[in-house]
Amino acid sequence: MTGMELFWTWVAAFLTLSIYSFLYKDNPFYKFAEHLVVGVSVGYIFTINWHQGLHPYLFNPLAASWEHPYNLLRVIPLILGLLFLLRISRKYNWLSRFTIALVMGIGCGTAIPPTIETRIIQQTKASMINIIDQPSLWAGFCAVTILVGTISTLIYFFFSKEHKGVLGGTARVGIVFLMVGFGASFGYTVMARISLLIGRLNFLINDWVIGTWNFIAG
Amino acid sequence: MKFLFFLLQMDRRIVFVLVALAVVAPLIMPLNLPIVVGDKVRRLYDAIDQLPPRSRPVLVSVDYDPSTVPELQPMTLAVLRHCFSKEVPVIVTTMFPTGAGLARDAMETVAKEYPNLSYGTDYAYMGYKPGYSLVILGIGENFQATYPSDGYGTPSSKLPILKNVKNYDDIAIMVDFTASAAYEVWIMFAHQKYGCKVGAGVTAVMASDAYPYLNSGQLEGLLGGLSGAAEYEKLIGAPGTATIGMDAQSIAHILIIVLIILGNVAYFATRRHREPAQTATPQQGGSA
Repeated sequence: MTGMELFWTWVAAFLTLSIYSFLYKDNPFYKFAEHLVVGVSVGYIFTINWHQGLHPYLFNPLAASWEHPYNLLRVIPLILGLLFLLRISRKYNWLSRFTIALVMGIGCGTAIPPTIETRIIQQTKASMINIIDQPSLWAGFCAVTILVGTISTLIYFFFSKEHKGVLGGTARVGIVFLMVGFGASFGYTVMARISLLIGRLNFLINDWVIGTWNFIAG
Repeated sequence: MKFLFFLLQMDRRIVFVLVALAVVAPLIMPLNLPIVVGDKVRRLYDAIDQLPPRSRPVLVSVDYDPSTVPELQPMTLAVLRHCFSKEVPVIVTTMFPTGAGLARDAMETVAKEYPNLSYGTDYAYMGYKPGYSLVILGIGENFQATYPSDGYGTPSSKLPILKNVKNYDDIAIMVDFTASAAYEVWIMFAHQKYGCKVGAGVTAVMASDAYPYLNSGQLEGLLGGLSGAAEYEKLIGAPGTATIGMDAQSIAHILIIVLIILGNVAYFATRRHREPAQTATPQQGGSA
């Protein structure tokens, strides 16, 4: 580890500990680190978009429009993009609606058909598998569980009839499946948060403490 | 009874300290607990492992930011190592501006381990491309028109790895690493519209949402959280930071399970000894 790497490791360690200090209570170190993250993130995203977005796909092609006249067409998205910025003007903010309408139109047009296909048709198809023709007893049990879980959960969200009798009983089975789903999600969330903690503590132990020790020890 | 009341009123900072200790201790003194490889991870491994050397490239999209690096970077590195070790060409890209540095770092880290492979022929970094779903759609029409240059500014036409890549037909499999629902966009456009095989590596928070796509066959395989990364590391025989972290993960989970059980036992055991207002559940609150 070079001296400069060690310096930045200490900066990272200081910021990590500053953020974790919030677990005790709110304090100026936490506030400093929090604001730094926000500022650096915005600056970084702007820079990346400038160098890897605007420059190669707008400025450079426009600069070369003498050789490639078609590149002048990029003026259209440039104007539409600039109209977006008029949101901050009280007098001309209505002009931004053209851009918003275009973005929404393209977004909906490209997203709706594949969304229906991916999230509804394919998922429904996957729930309709032949429960008898399964490679093993366990696979058959899983298929039945998916089928029962899907139907009972859908019935739970059917509100046009009071949940009584068979409908009520099925809806209660749906609740059980929902609870199991929430439990699985919670378990995974705990795992995710612990993973992030592991990552940071691993950094503090290996990179910061041991790294500093190795640097001093030569 | 005193202990049970103490549990109910315990300062949450004690829990923080206990969790920190549960994580730090195994990191200092590894227990080497066994890692069992699940079917969902093996499916992605098999999909990549069956590719012959110099086959059609694997497209890797690094769609996450530094906040989820501990979970997602190990799995990105593991999948890249797998591809590099088998000499399967890899194209790395990102749809997230904050993922640009991480994607390049991951690729360069693994590339250093395989000096026999060369940039442009065996692997390429396409950088960040704004537009997201439109970019994914664009790859399906014309890869090189969507990416006229790589992440270093080299024209795509000069990269041998892209010579035969016209669209998704020329991609063996794409793997998306993400902490968001980005993998769904890849499924929607790359898989449903163009028939490209899609695999995903997601944070543990996202994993339960991704299971239906695995069950329906829309995902080839799934790596979920640190455990998914550790399982993949085990499959390729290259233990990394995910494997190191799994001991801490297991111990922390045991601690949290114990705390949940103790909390529930304390709640129910002290129910009769508390004031009615204290025992009221939110639903009963109105009538209590």
